[in-house]
Parts: sequence; structure tokens; C-alpha cells
Amino acid sequence: MPHTSTTPPAAQHHHNSLTRIGWRRLRRDRIGFSALCIVGAYLLLALAAWSGLVASHWQDEVAHPYAPPTLFAGAAPHHVELNAADIDAADRRATSAAALDSSGATGLSASEDPLAADLAAAQQQSAQYRSTEQARADSLPLGADQRGRDVLQKLLQGSATSLQVGIAGALLALTIGTVLGALSGYFGGLLDDLLMWGYSVFTSVPDMLLLLAFAAVSGRGIGTVVLVMAFTSWTGTFRLMRAEFLKHKGREYVRAADAIGAGHGRRMFHHILPNVSHLLLVQFSMLTVALIKYEAILSFLGFGVGVTQVSWGAMLAEAPAELLQGYWWQMLAVTLCMSLLVTAFSLLSDSLRDALDPKVK
Amino acid sequence: MLAYIVRRVWQMVPTLFGVMLLLFVLFNWVGGDPSYILAGKNLSAEALAGIRQQLGLDLPLPQQFLIFMRQVLTLDFGTSWSTQQPVSALLHSRIGPSLLLTGSILLLGTVLAIAIAALVAYLRGSVTDRLVTLIATCAMSVSALVYIIAGQYWLAFKGGWFPIMGWSDSTLDNLLHYLPLPLLLGVIVGLAPDIRFYRSCFVEELGHDYVRTARAKGLSEPVIMLKHVLRNAMIPVVTSLMMSLPYLMMGAMLLETFFGIPGMGKEVVMAVERSDFPVIKAITIYIALATMLFNLLTDIVYKLIDPRVQLH
Repeated sequence: MPHTSTTPPAAQHHHNSLTRIGWRRLRRDRIGFSALCIVGAYLLLALAAWSGLVASHWQDEVAHPYAPPTLFAGAAPHHVELNAADIDAADRRATSAAALDSSGATGLSASEDPLAADLAAAQQQSAQYRSTEQARADSLPLGADQRGRDVLQKLLQGSATSLQVGIAGALLALTIGTVLGALSGYFGGLLDDLLMWGYSVFTSVPDMLLLLAFAAVSGRGIGTVVLVMAFTSWTGTFRLMRAEFLKHKGREYVRAADAIGAGHGRRMFHHILPNVSHLLLVQFSMLTVALIKYEAILSFLGFGVGVTQVSWGAMLAEAPAELLQGYWWQMLAVTLCMSLLVTAFSLLSDSLRDALDPKVK
Repeated sequence: MLAYIVRRVWQMVPTLFGVMLLLFVLFNWVGGDPSYILAGKNLSAEALAGIRQQLGLDLPLPQQFLIFMRQVLTLDFGTSWSTQQPVSALLHSRIGPSLLLTGSILLLGTVLAIAIAALVAYLRGSVTDRLVTLIATCAMSVSALVYIIAGQYWLAFKGGWFPIMGWSDSTLDNLLHYLPLPLLLGVIVGLAPDIRFYRSCFVEELGHDYVRTARAKGLSEPVIMLKHVLRNAMIPVVTSLMMSLPYLMMGAMLLETFFGIPGMGKEVVMAVERSDFPVIKAITIYIALATMLFNLLTDIVYKLIDPRVQLH
């Protein structure tokens, strides 16, 4: 009776202790632990944004266009907003100047202008309506964009989108890579040849080109971006998992599992997978960073998230035109926010690798 | 050696076939019917039928695949859908600027990165080492987009030291006027990850026994560093360099787009924007071929610089 009851708890205990050792090492690693806290904070913010707790009104135009950040309200470049009356006045000045010009070759008189009658009618009609404008703020904590949307809210929503794309894409890529790699390494033979052929095909085209080729035939939107990224970035995980399964399938514990009658699926995913899962955690963390960077570039080029969504790349796409006019706040906010997360994720990857390395005692 | 090369070239055939299959599935099956894009505003049943017949879309799929295979084998991809230029002529005119830009970035970036990495690895553990590693980690976290946007704004628009964008027909003019800023930004973007990777290569070599032996023999530090460590550390460095060569053809996509350089990268982006499938297919096939050739070349160079490597 002792024999039958001790084996499973021992395996359980060993598995737990490996995770616990890793956790304890990570707790001791000051840099790794603070990185973990930062990533956790981002995840909480993203969760809040997904559930609509914060930043659900990011599309509201709450301030004047390009309202500066509160701290720099005095020093920021002044934005002059022209209303219809200003434009009319400028128009009248231009027409009177043209009329003064004796040659008169430049301007059209009212009788010659084919649109004059329509314009007058349109102006009369528009005078009947009164648009109810809400009071708009002069400055916001992080400023406003071209349409007067709050940069802080956009930033929160954008972070949520970018994280969602990065994490979902990484999880899907990891799943594809792990399943295919496990099949390839475990069974070998013809299946391995076939999957290795697929691997060599996907790796013979650079990632970015493959992403663009996939983006050329698919639509826009978060779901598509996630799928495209997963289909193009499973190869690294595949190679890693194939090598691990190849190594582990001949080990004694797997043969012991075979001896007690465990099937192929159970041996692969119940016995071998937990022994290689620490590699997957590191791989996940690295993939997420890479995909967040790819998403920024894709969205910047206009092949990423849809126009009704906002992400870091979509925000950066507005930056060149804003900078030219001196409005630097949106770009600075995105840059800082993205750098902090990417740095924290990279440091976390390094720490995880060290903490979960079974060779280090 | 010759037998090895022949076998490796022979192994490229199924891979190339796979790339063709992937592209065919993507553009002829997943991509849907491109005749709607081509017909534009003149959408009529006759116009659609005409376009389908012209492109061979009315043929059964296996026959369409054979046509695509013939295009790849003769390297004649027809004409671009958006400009009606022959694709081969189009790509021929795009490869020069890409090679000039990416080649110079690779050359300057590698020399700088190796020099800094060797110095930092030699001073490992010191304040300089930690500072450089910290700066490199922070620099890597900033998106390449930010470097390019900020560089173009401050150095070209505000500072006026470089032209904001452009490219000319004369190579000398390009080298003197239009190349420097994209080159500078490309080197800056690539420097941080390269330094970190090369530093780890050097540090690993410095921990080996032969370094201690060389010190015990009384060799001077520069001799140890340059004659012993550098040669061994070059093996992973050269491998990673060779692996990055196919990207030369693709060019620095973002830099070309920002600075209006008529290279392959900009062409890809424009082709995706305009759904110009023949151009995307042609570029992907060329890059895949280049990648396979450079992989083979990497293994051969690997053998040349490290006699311990056995090719099989």
C-alpha cells in the first residue's frame, strides 16, 4: 500500500518544488521582481481597459485640438483654431484684394462663379442649425491630439490593444509551435520530415516580409493581426520544442510511463510537457515583446489594427505630422509607455531564464 | 566539399516548392478574387470576366499553379498590376539603393559594434561595462519608429544638417547628401542589440582556459584580445552577420519609407498598399532564394573559419 500511494505525490511534490524554487529565485532577484511588478501593473491596467473600467471614452473629443499637457500649458506652441467666421473674413479680404487688383485675372466675380448660388444656399441652410458644442478643456494631464481626444485615455486604450495583440499572438504562436514541435520530435519519421519541410519554408522568408504578405491578403483588425503574427512566428518555438521532445522521449521516466501503459498523447503532454514548460515561459515572454514591436510597425504602416481601434503603432503614426507643428506630447507619452513595458518584459525574460534553469543550484 | 554543396542545393528544391505553394495558397486562395481590385470603378460583368481571363483566373487551380511555377522558374513575373511595368525591370531598379543603404549600415554598424563590444567585454564588471549594458538595454526598448521620426525631425527638419528626404540618380550625390542620415539612424537602431550579443560572445570566450594559458605564457593583453579571443569570438559573430545578409535585399523597410529611398523595402510596402500581388510574390521568391543561398554560404564560411566544424 505505501508503494502505490507514494509515487504520485512524489511526482507532484517534485513538480511543485521546481516551480517554487524558480519563484523563490525570482523573488530574490531584485531586478527581475520589479520587472514582474511592472508587467503585472500593465496587465491590470489592460484588464481594466478591456472591461471598460477605464478609458472607455477615449474617442470623446474633450479638449481643444492639440490642447497641451497641464504642466507645459504656458510653454507649448499655441494652437490657433479658425472658426467659420474667420474663414469668411479671410475670404472677404482675399476677394476685395482681388477686386482691387486692376487686372482682375485671378478672382472670379459672383456672376462667373458656378458654385456661388449653391454656396449661398448652403450657408443659409447651415445658419438654421445650431451645433451644441460642449465646453472643451484648455489643457489635459497628457495633452490632446488633433481631434481633441485625451492622450492619457488613448494611451491606456492603446496599451491594452498592444498588450492584447502581443499576448494573444504569442499564446497562439506558442500553441502552434508546441503542438507541431511535440509531434515532430516525439514521432519522428515521415511526420517529422513533413513538419521540418514546413519549418524550412517559413524560415526561408524573413518575418517582416511574411507578415506583410499575410497582411496583403487579409483585412484589418485585432483578430487578423493576432492570426497573422501567430502564423508567422511559431517557428522558433517549434524548433525548441522539437529538440526537447527528441531529447526527452528516450529518457527513463518516459519509458517508465510507456511501461505502465500511458498512451502517446499522455506521454507527450502529461509527462514530457511539464518538464519543458519552463522553456515555454521564457519563450512566451520573448515572443510577446517581439510581437508588440511588430504590431507597432504594422499599425504604423497602416496594415495593423482597424481605424476604430487605437494602439501604440497607430498613435505613433500620428506623430510625424504633429511634430512638424511642434506638438510633441503624444509621441513622448507613447515612447515612454512602450519602452517601460518592453524593458520590463526583456528583464523579466532574462530573470525567468536564470530562475527556471534547472542546472543552476 | 563539392558533394556537400551539390546535396545542399538539391535540398533547396523542396523548400522553394514549399514557398511557391505558400504564396499560391495565400494569394490565389486566401486572398480571394483580385479582379475586383483591378476593375476599380469600372465594375461590370464583362470587365471582370476580361480581367479573369487575362490573369488566367478562369483556369482550374492546378493549372494556375503550373503557370506560377513557370513564372518562378523563368524568373519572369509578368507586369505590375499598378504600374504595368515588367516586375523584373522594376525590381532590378530597386535593388541598387537597397544594397547601398543596407550594405553601408551593416558594414559601419558591425565594425562599431565589434569594437565597442570587445572593449566592454575586456572591462567586464566595471562601471563602463555596466553603463554600456544599461544604455544598450534602454536603447533597445525604444521602437525603431521613434528613432527615425525623432532623427528626421531634429537632425533634418530642425537642425537642417541633412536633407529631409530624397534620392538622386548619381551615386556620388546619394553618398554625400541623401545617405548619411538614414545610415546614421540605421546604425543607431542596430547598434544596441549587436553590442549586447557580441559582448556575450566575447565574455564567453574570455572565460575559457586558453585565455588563462596565454596570460600565463606572458602574452600582452592586446595580443590575447586581438589574436586569440577575437578569432574565436568571431565564429558566432560571422554566423549572425551572414544570417542577416538576406535582409540586405529587402533593405531597411522603414528607413526607405521615411526617407523616400526607392528600394525593395519601400516597394514591398507600396505593393501591399496597392494589393500589387505580382510584385509581392516576386520579391518573396527572390528573398527566399537569397536566404537559402546565404544559409549554405554561412555553413561554408563556418567551416573555413573554424576547422573543427564537420560538414555532413
